[in-house]
Amino acid sequence: MHELSICQSLLDQVEGIARQHGASRVERILLQVGPLAGLEPALLMSAWPLAATGTVAETAKLVIEPAPVRVSCLDCHAESAATPNRLLCASCGGFRTRLISGDELLLARVELTIPDATTNPDG
Amino acid sequence: MCDTCGCNITPGNEHLVRGDGPLARTADGRAAVTVLQCLLTENDHQAAHNREHFDQHGTLTLNLMSSPGAGKTSLLEATIDALGGRLRIAVIEGDLETENDAVRIRAKGVPAIQIATGSACHLDAHMVHAALHNLDLDGIDILFIENVGNLVCPASFDLGQHRNVTLISVPEGDDKPAKYPVMFRAADLVLCTKSDLLPLLPEFQPESAERYLRNLASSAPFAVLSTRGPGHLEPWLEWLQEELTAQRARLEQGLTTKSGGQSAGARLHTTEAGGHTHHHHGHVHGHHHDHHHS
Repeated sequence: MHELSICQSLLDQVEGIARQHGASRVERILLQVGPLAGLEPALLMSAWPLAATGTVAETAKLVIEPAPVRVSCLDCHAESAATPNRLLCASCGGFRTRLISGDELLLARVELTIPDATTNPDG
Repeated sequence: MCDTCGCNITPGNEHLVRGDGPLARTADGRAAVTVLQCLLTENDHQAAHNREHFDQHGTLTLNLMSSPGAGKTSLLEATIDALGGRLRIAVIEGDLETENDAVRIRAKGVPAIQIATGSACHLDAHMVHAALHNLDLDGIDILFIENVGNLVCPASFDLGQHRNVTLISVPEGDDKPAKYPVMFRAADLVLCTKSDLLPLLPEFQPESAERYLRNLASSAPFAVLSTRGPGHLEPWLEWLQEELTAQRARLEQGLTTKSGGQSAGARLHTTEAGGHTHHHHGHVHGHHHDHHHS
């Protein structure tokens, strides 16, 4: 249950970005969370309002995009889909694989309302 | 995973950085900022500083993780006894409440700092940093950080350690690596503890536990031991000595290393563990291989 502390960290990053761009409001936050990130998206969604209340991101829509679990084989070089507790190569069955997707824990994108930018898109 | 070299761009998110660049515009005119920054940036930044602190003192730091009651503190007590003062040890203990574990370690003549986390389910880099203010690392060969007993959250937080050691005790059942893949994937060494109970619990097959570990694409060594009777601690003590020797060799070359098995970040750099170096510039990398000090 460390989702609330991750929300706090997320909020710090989002507030920093909003400040940096002179935003009046954060509209949408896109995260990317893989099944091997050790974070439960549903718990993160329920913890988020507790962290965001009273901030520039209070009304932001939090969207969590999942990431597929994929491995690449160090022996036969095949790329294949895998599951969180079975990261073997689907082609040769070997365990010498590296994860190429599935442990993402990323703030991917933030959408902002920037007062000046809406009146002057080039400014 | 780091935010500087592009290793956080994966097949799953590269569509976000392709095309209209980092500051684009959505259909309804909002500014869209592409970030691709790890959510744990703040923690990881502190962890990198902790690691520099350990390296400055020539200390090897190991993060011990397991479920509650797997025998982390007993392992430390037995290790201190078995080493008989050959290596100088210090311990940071993490628990929700009490000083009990630190008291047990201090009774062995080893300095121990207790972090009481309150209700927090894991240690983070800032808590460890605060504890370091009360711990003199001069002359300390190995610092053990005994994390909060929990197979979930501690896996996500870098503390600045050089290696992760994860325990699985015989009464827990041999399928723990399959149930807690994030934790066991992060392990650099897996110790199967309480082997003296194997005759009583024949359903626990050490070979199965190791197979579940290999299913996670982990090549971490797996050792079976007990802290009672003839406990076969030798492989563990040898591993400690080897890691300490490796740490000293790294420091001589101005390198450091980060724990985490085959965790995030390494994947886009190299097809094999190790052999890839990075400048140590105070920011996080999720690599399980060597970094240059600047």
